[in-house]
Amino acid sequence: MNKGMSEIVKNISKIVSPFIIIFGISIIFYGHLTPGGGFPGGVIIAASFVLLLLAYGREKVLSKLSLYKSDILHDIGAIMFLSVALIGFSGGIFFLNFFDKGKLFSLWSGGNLLFSNIAIGLKIGTSLFLGITLLSMIRIVYKKNKIEFYEKEEDIK
Amino acid sequence: MIVYIAISIMFFVGIYGMMVKKNIIKMIIGVNIIGYAVNLFFIVIGYKNGGIPPILISGMGIKEFVEKAVNPLPQALVLTSIVIDLSIICFLASLSIRIYEKYGTFDLEKIRRLKG
Amino acid sequence: MVINIGFHIFLLLMMVIGAGIAIFSKKLISSLVSLGTVGMLLSIYFLILGAPDIAITQLVVEVLTLIILLSAITGRDVTADMTSSKIYGFFLFFIFIISIITIFSYSYFIFPEFGNSNMRVGKEYLYLAPSKLKAANAVTAIVLDFRGYDTIGEATVIFTAIIGVMVLLRKKGKKDE
Repeated sequence: MNKGMSEIVKNISKIVSPFIIIFGISIIFYGHLTPGGGFPGGVIIAASFVLLLLAYGREKVLSKLSLYKSDILHDIGAIMFLSVALIGFSGGIFFLNFFDKGKLFSLWSGGNLLFSNIAIGLKIGTSLFLGITLLSMIRIVYKKNKIEFYEKEEDIK
Repeated sequence: MIVYIAISIMFFVGIYGMMVKKNIIKMIIGVNIIGYAVNLFFIVIGYKNGGIPPILISGMGIKEFVEKAVNPLPQALVLTSIVIDLSIICFLASLSIRIYEKYGTFDLEKIRRLKG
Repeated sequence: MVINIGFHIFLLLMMVIGAGIAIFSKKLISSLVSLGTVGMLLSIYFLILGAPDIAITQLVVEVLTLIILLSAITGRDVTADMTSSKIYGFFLFFIFIISIITIFSYSYFIFPEFGNSNMRVGKEYLYLAPSKLKAANAVTAIVLDFRGYDTIGEATVIFTAIIGVMVLLRKKGKKDE
């Protein structure tokens, strides 16, 4: 996963991957009206970044979205979800749904489902992208009787 | 009844892959197949003959929706279970990469005999 | 559209055969390909059983599983033909199978029949989600509002697994510094 692929793969993945990200965001935002929600949308966003990682190589993708930034986005998602739960606790019941629920079938309906979906989508998308990128950072080749390390590993920050 | 027997055969194939095989990657594939069988079992429990998915569409009344829809409770349990299985496989793969770095092979017999 | 029981049995048979090929084959590459086939057939079967958001999740998760397992294999030893005897493993496996079949054989007869599920709690959730919460998707309302405490637990498990991966694949340990 260190070197990229040929020119045809690079050009096509450059065109296709914004559409995948927009599709994932649409599944997250309309999670209370159509099938989907936070979990499929987050996994689709992670899959689009893995497509860019496979086509362009590890160095170029990490210069745009470094490991430090995706770590911060992961923490923002977790804090958002916990704050929605704990602010509801001040009303007397854990997870009280305190927003105003609009009409059925419009975008603003269902109370705090919209914020929870966005928080979960952020958390899962960045988690899985971190996990798959870290797996590609270490590469060892075992030849005959001695081990040669081709470690091109960077620090986390 | 036949459906439950077929799902338990898939579960036993996964248990065989986890207990008997000596390659570490085959063990990870066995864990994955056990996960597939358990998720499928939950959703088969909640199926209703002639049912529609549990999502309300525009022209349907609520009483008719409650009569016809499939049970939504097992689907809510399986939805988080699938994503947890993916992160477990990621962790097991990183463990096997470290084992290969230290011993040079994926074979369980050779790993048990070498020391340090 | 009426789907009779033969279609269900055909799909289940293909899944069991695919799982068998994935475990019993001699090369690692062919077992990974057949694992991908089992995942895709499972996604089609979830759509027939009336669970569309689980079908989307299963399809994308299966593709990511293939990428993770392939990145653990490339550049390393890919034969799966181990040369040691497996009699001890077979013996344990037979004891396990026979004990499970004798203990749980009674419960196969008290399962609900395929097609009638017991919807005592499900009916309440299906009634409360569009009327009180005004959300059209009942599954999202259950996961995030009626049973939101389990989602906190799931987020913690994923967080712990990713931290485990970060710790394992580090360049220097504590002793080298």
